[in-house]
This record gives sequence, C-alpha cells and structure tokens, in this order.
Amino acid sequence: MHFFEDLKIGQRREVGSFTFTAESIRKFAAQFDPQRFHLDAEDGRKSLFGGLAASGWHVGSVCMKLMVANGQRQAAEARARGEEVAVWGPSPGFRELRWIKPVLAGDTIAYASEIASKRTSEKRPQWGIVQARNTGTNQRGELAFSVLATAFVPRRGA
Amino acid sequence: MTLTFEDFPPGHFGSYGPRHVTREEMLAFAAEFDPQPMHLDEAAASRSMLNGLSGSGWHLCSIMMRMMFDGYIGRTASLGSPGVDELKWLAPLRPGDDLMLDIDVAEARISRSRPETGIVTFKGTVRNAAGQALCEMTSPIIVKRRDAAAVG
Repeated sequence: MHFFEDLKIGQRREVGSFTFTAESIRKFAAQFDPQRFHLDAEDGRKSLFGGLAASGWHVGSVCMKLMVANGQRQAAEARARGEEVAVWGPSPGFRELRWIKPVLAGDTIAYASEIASKRTSEKRPQWGIVQARNTGTNQRGELAFSVLATAFVPRRGA
Repeated sequence: MTLTFEDFPPGHFGSYGPRHVTREEMLAFAAEFDPQPMHLDEAAASRSMLNGLSGSGWHLCSIMMRMMFDGYIGRTASLGSPGVDELKWLAPLRPGDDLMLDIDVAEARISRSRPETGIVTFKGTVRNAAGQALCEMTSPIIVKRRDAAAVG
C-alpha cells in the first residue's frame, strides 16, 4: 500500500469486480437486511428495484472487500521489490454514499477508487487523512454505487 | 400495522437493542469483507491506532441496518434508500459489545417527483453499554404515504 506522500489527487485504481449471485444476495440480506425485495425474486420484481436486489450494505461491504484485497496484492508486490509497505489506518467515516442503480442478481460490479483530497492530521502528525471517491459500475457501464470515503494513511518515515 | 410516511414526524422516534456482538461474528464478517489485520489478529490490532481488536465499520453498519429492520423498517412501507448523507465511525466496535440504537427523524418531506411517497431522513446513533457513541448515520428512506399504502 502507498504512503501518504505517494498519493496524488486524481490518481485512480481499479480494485476489482464482483458478481452478485442470488445466493449471495439472499445470504447477506437474511443476516443483516431481510427486507422482502432483498430476499424474494417475485417481491423484488414488484418493488422499485425491478428484481432481486442486493442490500446497499452488501454493495458497500463488497467494495471494502475488494479494496482490501487490492491493497494486499499491492503490498505483496511492493514487498517483493524490497520496498517498505504502508499499513493504512482505520476510517473515521464517509459522506455522499449513493445507491444510484439497483444491484440485481447476476450483476457484475467493477469497483474503482480515485483520490479526491489529502491533508495531514493535526492531532496525529504521523498520519495523513485521505478522501477517495469509490465507485461501482455495472456490466452495462452504469454507475451503480458511489461513496466519498475517508481513511488515515501513514506518512513516510513517521 | 404498517407504518407510513405520516408515522414519522420530526423528533425522537425510538430506541432499540441491546444487540450483543460476539467475537466469532466479528471475525467472520472481517474474514469475508474486511480482512485487515486490525480486525482479525490480536497482536496486529494491539499495535493499531484502535489499540485492540475492533469490528469492521461495515459490520457495524450492517448490524445497525438489522437493528433498524427489527425495530421499525420491517413494518414500514419502505421502498428503499437512495443513500447515506454522512456516516461517522467515532469509536471501535469491540468483541462482546452490547449495542443500543437511537433513531431520530431529522426531516420528513413529500417527494416532488413521486408525490405518493415521502422522504424521511433518519439520524441513527449506535452506542455501547457504557453509552459511548460508536457510529452516527444520517440517511434518507423513501416511504409510502398512507393513502398510497392502502391501495397497495
């Protein structure tokens, strides 16, 4: 993973794709969001979504999953080159999360992350605070998911 | 009885919980969706900014969703949510936490584009047993108005 100093505004990375099967949609919904349109295909068809739709929290959690996996691949490559690897810190939150299009059973969402802003932390000088616009685009090229996420990123040499 | 737009005037709406969170479910969620060492490994977590094993923020959000479902959304004529205006993770979720959820209606207005529905903006706060706020969320939900819900 990159250090704070290495990140540039506008820098974008494709973090990976995920296909939301009916089974995975129902499994997540049964545990966390058992609204009918997330559990039953017929109820989904009759809803505003027009089909069995993934919980928005499932769509967001999969974004996290792919971001972590992508970061771990980058870290392994950096280690293989003998470079120092940054371990990112936690997130204080996010803004402007939008579920723009429903994610229906069978949809494949390609996630990407683009650096939107960066500043140093006043309270924790060894850390920077980075905002990234994370998006999910479906197989028809339609933007389905967007969030402005914040994370603590370590500074080099701190 | 199904709750409709008219049942959500601005002000405090309800308190829900406690919801006990086990270490096992925290680790299971992190393994599937957020396998960062601070959520999976005690030693790495103790060296992290959060000073000990913590749950994924997305797990906390998902638990909050389930608490909202069990509390009121499961019996609300809800058509879904367009998003979350703001979410703050204020303090870490810990193994064994007993969570309480407070829900306020911040705003309720009739939809201009779909006047048979209203948009209810909720503010939710999740606290642990010590009363410490772990998470605050502001999010709108689309809810049918009573006359529209009666028609089906």
